[in-house]
Amino acid sequence: MSELKAFTSANHPTRRWRRIKDRLIETVLFLAAASSVLVTIGIVYILVSESLPFFSHVSLVEFLTEREWTPMFSDAKFGIRPLIAGTFMATFIAVCVAIPLGTIVSAYLSEYVRPSMREALKPILELLAAVPSVVYGYFALLFVTPLLQKLMPELGGFSVLSAGIVMGIMIIPYVSSLSEDAMRSVPTHLREASAALGSTKFQTTLRVVIPSAFSGITSAYVLGISRALGETMVVAIAAGMQPNLTLDPTEPAATITAFIVQVSLGDLPHGSIGYQSIYVAGLTLLFITLVFNIVGMWIRSRVQEKE
Amino acid sequence: MEDIMSNAQTKIMRETVREMDLTANLKWRRTKDFLFAVTGLMTLLFAICVLLALFIDLAMTGVPRISAEFFMNFPSRFPEKAGILSAWVGSLAVMITTAFVAIPVGVAAGIYLEEYAPKNIFTKIIELNIINLAGVPSITFGLMALGLFVYKLKFGQSILTAGMTLGLLVLPIVIVTTREAIRTIPNSIREASYGLGASHWQTIQHHVLPYSSGGILTGVIISLSRAIGETAPLITVGALTFIAFLPTAPVSDVFPFVSFQWLHDAFTVMPIQMFNWVSRPQTEFHVNAAATGTVLLIMTLLMNGIAIFIRYRFRRRMKW
Repeated sequence: MSELKAFTSANHPTRRWRRIKDRLIETVLFLAAASSVLVTIGIVYILVSESLPFFSHVSLVEFLTEREWTPMFSDAKFGIRPLIAGTFMATFIAVCVAIPLGTIVSAYLSEYVRPSMREALKPILELLAAVPSVVYGYFALLFVTPLLQKLMPELGGFSVLSAGIVMGIMIIPYVSSLSEDAMRSVPTHLREASAALGSTKFQTTLRVVIPSAFSGITSAYVLGISRALGETMVVAIAAGMQPNLTLDPTEPAATITAFIVQVSLGDLPHGSIGYQSIYVAGLTLLFITLVFNIVGMWIRSRVQEKE
Repeated sequence: MEDIMSNAQTKIMRETVREMDLTANLKWRRTKDFLFAVTGLMTLLFAICVLLALFIDLAMTGVPRISAEFFMNFPSRFPEKAGILSAWVGSLAVMITTAFVAIPVGVAAGIYLEEYAPKNIFTKIIELNIINLAGVPSITFGLMALGLFVYKLKFGQSILTAGMTLGLLVLPIVIVTTREAIRTIPNSIREASYGLGASHWQTIQHHVLPYSSGGILTGVIISLSRAIGETAPLITVGALTFIAFLPTAPVSDVFPFVSFQWLHDAFTVMPIQMFNWVSRPQTEFHVNAAATGTVLLIMTLLMNGIAIFIRYRFRRRMKW
């Protein structure tokens, strides 16, 4: 009896040990969670610190206004605009494919399909995002480009167009999955109210479900755009790797990511101008992605205020 | 009198017109509804057809090339002699390293955020950070790894660097799926455990973790299937495209029998081998690329299939 009493007292060695162990484990788990913040800090720190020396060779004005990007040539030019143009063009084409198709698919799956069918179709659709991007690159270069050449005989072997289209198909699941979650979380009574006023399913989807789910759909679009901006292998394989300041999607061009791959493939001594230039390019890419994410957050907060 | 008559007549006429309008309008609205359903189905089928086209195109070109020799040969200048031995061994070694980085840290972080984290600003920062980290382009992880692991920590362009890079890259996936798996466990289970005198950690160890293990495993497999296809960050950290040797064997017949030298060896992986072959102009190398792609695709589909199967099994078994 006294033993039991001793055990139940807070100072019994077993209980004290258990408390210490719990504290220890909690600390270890906390460190694991906090390490994800360290990763972000590491990315930003390394990207900034490795690209700072670049701006002692090249002025910011030249970086932003020069029309050519040839850091590996003896007559090196450092204008980021061709790479940004390539990135935006490829992303724009991808988004033109992914947003309409992804939104239609998500509305269809969320509002029209029986739950059992939905559970079967979703994993198949998500396989589109599971296929390795290098396989998509192969597909873009050796399947989609020849197909497009039949429609447009003047199209060359490398083009932003075919890379962008394939990239768009690749990011459909990113757009559709999050949008569908958002649409399904719209309360059923809103749909019922709309139906009671005589709306068809399509009208309900268009005027009730999609506006109510707007915030979630915006997140889906932002994720899709971020993916397209950062996608590398498809453009590196199918769009050619020459920086080209153009807005014509049938021409080859390099994106920021393709440039980084191209330079990394060669021998890259630490601290050389080529080494610095990939960090500058990476920093620019991170900055663009960040801007898109902030715009997305701003749109979402505007919508939530209205509600 | 005449005025009143015509008024009544116009009223009737107007109503008839309105009724006709309504029927036509309803018909048109129903047609639109039907048209959208058809569009939705078509879009979905289109996406699935693209997936099929990709798979068939790759398999038609690649499957005839796949043989035992293809797996046992090193890359070569001669396309018909080239194989993916160094690539698949490299992929395997990198995957093992990735798993050792991503699983412990990711699962621990997931447990902390679901079971321990207080509702304060710091937790909020960690959560926001994980969401944002998932949207960071994968190539920036490669740039970070090149600067930090290769040059600052002097790990070299090695399997260790590659595994850590991919481990950090898939960390958000592991954390998010762990949290989702833990969240499905009802609080009554935890309360019952506390009621019997278990401590917080005992509850997690004996109840929360075993019940959520299916979901966590699903997340781990999905994250590894993402890592096995990643190319860009590994090119950035300096994976070589032509490797005609294998990493040091992990076991040897001299003391101490196990060696971790392989972690410091140079490497290549299957996606990089495929990228190298697809970038060459000769069609024979494209065939090799297709064969590698087929292997890669089968691995990814297999891993995803297993993940879906586990999720399905656990959902059926766990009825709270």
